[in-house]
Amino acid sequence: MAKSPETEHPNKVFGWAARDKSGLLSPFNFSRRDNGENDVTVKILFCGVCHTDLHTIKNDWGYSYYPVVPGHEIVGIATKVGKNVTKFKEGDRVGVGVITGSCQSCESCDQDLENYCPQMSFTYNAIASDGTKNYGGYSENIVVDQRFVLRFPESLPSDSGAPLLCAGITVYSPMKYYGMTEAGKHLGVAGLGGLGHVAVKIGKAFGLKVTVISSSPAKEEEAISQLGADSFLVTTDPQKMKAAIGTMDYIIDTISAVHALYPLLGLLKVNGKLIALGLPAKPLELPMFPLVLGRKMVGGSDIGGMKETQEMLDFCAKHNITADIELIKMDEINTAMERLAKSDVKYRFVIDVANSLSPP
Amino acid sequence: MERSLSSSSEEREKTVEAFGWAARNSSGHLSPFVFPRRETGAEEVRVKVLYCGICHSDLHCLKNEWHSSIYPLVPGHEIVGEVSEKGSKVSKFNLGDRVGVGCIVDSCRACESCRDDQENYCAKAVATYNGVHHDGTINYGGYSDHIVVDERYAVKIPHTLPLASAAPLLCAGISVYSPMKYFGLAGPDKHIGIVGLGGLGHIGVRFAKAFGTRVTVVSSTPGKCKDALETLGADGFLVSTDEDQMKAAMGTMDGIIDTVSASHSILPLIGLLKSNGKLVLLGANEKPFDLSAFSLIIGRKSVAGSGIGGMKETQEMIDFAAEHGVKAETEIISMDYVNTAMDRLAKGDVRYRFVIDIANTLASTRS
Repeated sequence: MAKSPETEHPNKVFGWAARDKSGLLSPFNFSRRDNGENDVTVKILFCGVCHTDLHTIKNDWGYSYYPVVPGHEIVGIATKVGKNVTKFKEGDRVGVGVITGSCQSCESCDQDLENYCPQMSFTYNAIASDGTKNYGGYSENIVVDQRFVLRFPESLPSDSGAPLLCAGITVYSPMKYYGMTEAGKHLGVAGLGGLGHVAVKIGKAFGLKVTVISSSPAKEEEAISQLGADSFLVTTDPQKMKAAIGTMDYIIDTISAVHALYPLLGLLKVNGKLIALGLPAKPLELPMFPLVLGRKMVGGSDIGGMKETQEMLDFCAKHNITADIELIKMDEINTAMERLAKSDVKYRFVIDVANSLSPP
Repeated sequence: MERSLSSSSEEREKTVEAFGWAARNSSGHLSPFVFPRRETGAEEVRVKVLYCGICHSDLHCLKNEWHSSIYPLVPGHEIVGEVSEKGSKVSKFNLGDRVGVGCIVDSCRACESCRDDQENYCAKAVATYNGVHHDGTINYGGYSDHIVVDERYAVKIPHTLPLASAAPLLCAGISVYSPMKYFGLAGPDKHIGIVGLGGLGHIGVRFAKAFGTRVTVVSSTPGKCKDALETLGADGFLVSTDEDQMKAAMGTMDGIIDTVSASHSILPLIGLLKSNGKLVLLGANEKPFDLSAFSLIIGRKSVAGSGIGGMKETQEMIDFAAEHGVKAETEIISMDYVNTAMDRLAKGDVRYRFVIDIANTLASTRS
């Protein structure tokens, strides 16, 4: 007989889950495995709310396995470490991001690119190597192989640092890989949400000139005065868009809904690169002529490997980069999801798990 | 470097009669056409055209598929010939030199692209045919007895390259050579796919093999397999409509050069790429592709475009082709066969490039 979420593992845990594609989250009792010899058990303090959480609870991508406990921007304290664990000790402040498993023996894993391992498993909504389902960070604790646990730098606050574990690495990794770190070059950041606002800060730390590209004129003042962007381009202003044609070396496109690539490609210089990070449920339209006439490129990127994620955290600590967050209680999560769907957040919700997740 | 000004009204009145074939409207039907060409400027050469390749772009333009054709239209941008006259300031060429003229005959010469020897990406690049010369006149292409061009936009053809089979290199050749170099897809440690086995595709296979790259042809025509492997030297052949074959080849290619201009799905091609793989699109289609963001994100893949190459690189490509014996497979035709050739090209019925024998068959069509 199939075991229930509460009984499939030895240790009872409490969290919040969505049961169906209404996406409504509510209290959920489940269980987690014992702390194995390579594992770290993390008591969760904070968990960021990523747009992927929203896509998943609503089954936007068609492969949600309910009940879903989301959450992959986790910061907490190590409460147990297995006997083979060398990198962490009890009491350490640690982070857990988007992935918690990989084969650890393929070419990608050997190159510290666990995120591209064909057997990579996600922190939530994935099947672990023992066949059980992974549940994420909207919960009391999580048990993770040490390879997928990150040391949280001392100077990084737990709450505003949590979103770096997904949003941060998701923009940092392509900026390094696609060579967007040459000081003085011009970066466009399309979309000013969780990913976009962190991209502005990281771009400035690399010495780039940063222009925010957005359909919301209301976001301009903050983009410049609070986030440090050099300029702001409203996509619905045809004259300004025309004047900006061929001025950007690269664009980080964080827009999560279906949107037109043609005007963004026009903003790129010859040989320019647009990195598409948003994951709308439907395909985008890719026009050929702008690519062929200017040797332009549209590339993808998928979070980052564990080594690079640690590097990113250390980089952010050094440059005082944190997310701009709105701290919420666990029982405010459904309202937060509704607001996130309307992009009504500056710029990431973070759940104060330790202080508001009350087991029954 | 500034161009010398040569557009006085006096000079504009001095022209040299040229003879070629043109289309008068978007039916694309070609017929004899007498027209003026300018006199040879100080930095220009006059080229007696010997052969001209037929590029698929010629067909697109004749039929006004890109909605920018100006009639009468004399196509042709895979031109090889001999220098018959040279301007006083010309230093690159001598009379009698074998030269080639490709897709562009001018650019602004001052922007970043021009300064980087990437004239093809200059926003003001001027097309060899259907383009507008800086004096306001329309450019007529290589389906004609001669052409006048600034020396910067002509290349030397070494004697070791037979002229007829060198002609297609001026567009097809550089179109595949440039992205193989730029995107790091040339060399024995790479495996690439070439989609479409037509004018560009077949030369792509030959250049790739000359680089030592492992090449798999991806084609919807199973009948081309024998040729791909035996005549062109490809290492493998995938039938794009065979789901099992395509599935088995997933994640095996460092890059793909996609030469197909007709509308097609790029999702299965992205699936063929390894992590970090690059799909390079060369064909020209107005209809956008459907792009699944997921398909690029999983595996950090990318899709890029590429269009011909700069003049320096075109010369480098010609010299490389001469050194490694890279030649196009051609069907040489007479000028008066050109309309039939266009009909056949529209159906992909050519192995693999028509080349018009201008020197021997154009003049006799003049009544």
